[in-house]
Amino acid sequence: MMAALWALVRRDLTLAARIGGGAELGLVFFLILVAIMPFALGPDQVLLGRLAPAVLWLAALLATLLGLDRLFQADEDEGALDQFMLADMPLELVVLAKALAHWLATGLPLSLAAPLFGLMLNFEPAEAGPLVATLLVGTPALTLIGAIGAALTVSLRRGGLLLSVLVMPLAVPVLIFGVAAAGAATSGGRGFAEPFAILLALTLVMLVVAPVAAAAALRSVRE
Amino acid sequence: MLRFFASLANPTRFAGLADRLLPWLAGATALAFAAGLYMALVIAPADYQQGESVRIMYIHVPAAWLALGCWTAMSVAALGTLVWRHPLADVAQQAAAPVGAAFTAVCLLTGSLWGRPAWGTWWVWDARLTSVLVLFLMYLGVMALWRAIDDPGRAARAVAILTLVGFVNVPIVKFSVEWWFTLHQGASLTISGSAIDPAMLRPLLVMALGYLLLFVTLLLMRMRTELMRRRLRRMALVAASGLAAGTI
Repeated sequence: MMAALWALVRRDLTLAARIGGGAELGLVFFLILVAIMPFALGPDQVLLGRLAPAVLWLAALLATLLGLDRLFQADEDEGALDQFMLADMPLELVVLAKALAHWLATGLPLSLAAPLFGLMLNFEPAEAGPLVATLLVGTPALTLIGAIGAALTVSLRRGGLLLSVLVMPLAVPVLIFGVAAAGAATSGGRGFAEPFAILLALTLVMLVVAPVAAAAALRSVRE
Repeated sequence: MLRFFASLANPTRFAGLADRLLPWLAGATALAFAAGLYMALVIAPADYQQGESVRIMYIHVPAAWLALGCWTAMSVAALGTLVWRHPLADVAQQAAAPVGAAFTAVCLLTGSLWGRPAWGTWWVWDARLTSVLVLFLMYLGVMALWRAIDDPGRAARAVAILTLVGFVNVPIVKFSVEWWFTLHQGASLTISGSAIDPAMLRPLLVMALGYLLLFVTLLLMRMRTELMRRRLRRMALVAASGLAAGTI
């Protein structure tokens, strides 16, 4: 079963890396979101530096969500989803594998690139460690929550907008604790542990809830 | 009790029961609101600090209770859809969502109107306000999902899953936003006792009863309408397929 799991992860990563996969697009979108912020907020260095963790987190949320609407849809279109349902592997594990592959292709590069793009927002490189840590711990929760939305909207032709409407309210706690932890770390380092622990807890809860809910949603479409 | 719910699986029996109950419920709602509004707007004393604006409370607080209660009811209905496959559960859930969204909107709007004289601002990003706003957005999401999937059965199961996930999320949202600076007061009325003067508590409870009756009345009306709409849809489908079979 683990072999099948890794095969699925490898397949999705390969698909994401090849032409039409669009893995690099998430990173480009992230960069564009960061780049338009100074146009809206003004080039005030002090203001940008203070808002940098929030802006980076917001950009990470949007970049994760907007790539998610095809998470199951491509498999649905080509019939692979039917094969997953017939296979011995529980559908919950399929969801988990696909979410993992999506995170490896989007969330991971995004978290690692955040300090680099943060430089453009007057973000201190010395404080990059805590920021990357919050993103690394928090973005899996965003992907998993998004997987529920992607499963609910799998049969819809234009599910992208609906997906965002469904998922954004659910992502609010992750955003609050992610920004709280990242912000606490940049402004002196006190009060970091508590929101960071809760962020970790949210990711762990979603690791349990999301595969079950998304698999139930995928099955419900087929009945 | 279980047998009673099972017997309601027959739509005709349910419609008959709804027909018989609705006039009484509507009358009781009107009575409760008439009495409650009179007690709240005329008899109840003005607050020694807030003056007359405290009367917004009698509209605002029961709406907030019902906004939360409606999502709980929808979650129970969602379990009914997914676990017991009760045919009325998804009808109830579909009927409840706009009503709950309306109560949440009333709660937000009256809260904003009350916030202006009491706090000096229409809106703050305070814990309670934000979590109710998130609840409102989740109601809108549920309604959007109902409208996005054309097959009622499939839509019902998708919405049921979303409702249950949302139910898990409600306490998380509540506790996460409590980290923020809070202007909204805590609950004055708990199971163990009340911090409200009886002169203000009595109108509040009568208004809450009115809201609850209004919710049940609207829910039954909307469920009856939805059942008729589905029957019409099915008849149209049957007629269309019969027509197609006849021509071929």
